[in-house]
Amino acid sequence: MARRDYSPFGPDAQRAVESGLTAAEWYHTEVPRKVMKELMQRSDQPAIRDTIILYGGMILLAGIGIALWPSWWSAPFWLAYGVLYGSASDSRWHECGHGTAFRTPWMNNLVYEIASFMIMRNSATWRWSHARHHSETYFVGRDPEIAVMRPPELAKLILNFFGIIDVIRFFPTLIRNAIGGPTAEERTFVPQSEWGKVQRVAIVHLSIYVATIGLALWQGSILPLMVVGLPRMYGAWHHVMTGLLQHGGLADNVVDHRLNSRTVYMNPISRFIYWNMNYHVEHHMFPMVPYHALPRLHEVIKNDLPPPNRSIAEAFAEMWPAIKRQVLNEDYFLKRDLPPTAKPYREDFHQYVPSMTRPAAAE
Amino acid sequence: MPWIDACATDDIEEEDLIRFDHGSQTFAVYHSPEGEFYATEGLCTHENVHLCDGLVMGHLVECPKHNGQFDYRTGEAMRPPVCVNLKTFPVKVEGGRVFIEVA
Repeated sequence: MARRDYSPFGPDAQRAVESGLTAAEWYHTEVPRKVMKELMQRSDQPAIRDTIILYGGMILLAGIGIALWPSWWSAPFWLAYGVLYGSASDSRWHECGHGTAFRTPWMNNLVYEIASFMIMRNSATWRWSHARHHSETYFVGRDPEIAVMRPPELAKLILNFFGIIDVIRFFPTLIRNAIGGPTAEERTFVPQSEWGKVQRVAIVHLSIYVATIGLALWQGSILPLMVVGLPRMYGAWHHVMTGLLQHGGLADNVVDHRLNSRTVYMNPISRFIYWNMNYHVEHHMFPMVPYHALPRLHEVIKNDLPPPNRSIAEAFAEMWPAIKRQVLNEDYFLKRDLPPTAKPYREDFHQYVPSMTRPAAAE
Repeated sequence: MPWIDACATDDIEEEDLIRFDHGSQTFAVYHSPEGEFYATEGLCTHENVHLCDGLVMGHLVECPKHNGQFDYRTGEAMRPPVCVNLKTFPVKVEGGRVFIEVA
């Protein structure tokens, strides 16, 4: 098979449309309407509680870090603050972008805007990129949020644990957005009616960074950047760790989330930071279900899903060797066994995926 | 325009919807919290997903795929990623049945 081309203007993107892949219907586990209605119900209370803990924790940790600055005794507080800033903001961006975290729309929108700034994503652009990610999850050339492109570049994956690749990409795009609105690639998934908003958001974000850098220069200290900006790097590791597990090593160009997404049982702290997105097959199959109901959804549908990994370590032990194999054989992916209670994978859903039916590719 | 018998009033719980197909057309029929009935086209204007699997909250229906929202009384698109309004259809209730005036 030819090398994958992830450009939205390339042959893989064109093939995905022409083959009917982009119009195909995704597999869903059957859930009674009454049960699903109950699972979809929105509530403000869990997200208000979690948001108070999150922002309260950030203020406390940053306050101690500033008080102890420049002593090395401040380091553990910055590291903890960084994870809340540079990793928890990823999940808040995600859930509030779906509009499912809070019942009240303005609360979703407010936390979404704050989280978008912290995770260095244009809130207008990324709302649309994520819609595409759900429509066409891991369709080569179509999904703009593929974290592990094949063949994987391991050095880049590792560098991104410190946000290096993301930040290097972010600032040139931010400046381009602030000057001229969305880039040509972004215009393939952001509707024209939103282009002005992309530019306005970029101007606001850029202004905050310029003011923070100016304050740092005026004070002759990086302390302002320890609070705003740099935590996106020194605290990124947790969201990169959990984010890679979402789809890493699994199939692309399929329409069954059991083949391209991974559910992992995690410790309570990681689940708080990640807002239960460790139930990732469940989230992709039913994006209407709020984060706080995902454990219940998991109990309802788990007999139709591959067994979840029992821990982050176990999931990495499964995923990382698969990613390394993809360096030499980009068609390779993990095809996990389903329990006897599950409906089997439908090969006829995946007639556009040669590697699905080639034994050497999937093991 | 013909009035089509879509369903019984008690086929739809309050604050919920069902799918109704007629010929080549698909509709969503809603039962509001106030006990009123409404009908819209059945597919989301964003990416042709059936709204019947979505969530009704008050007078909003949320698409099950991308969480876009419409006011099902007017069809107005209320939350991205939906930008295009839903088409709505007149509804009447007679003898415990819900009728839609199909264009």
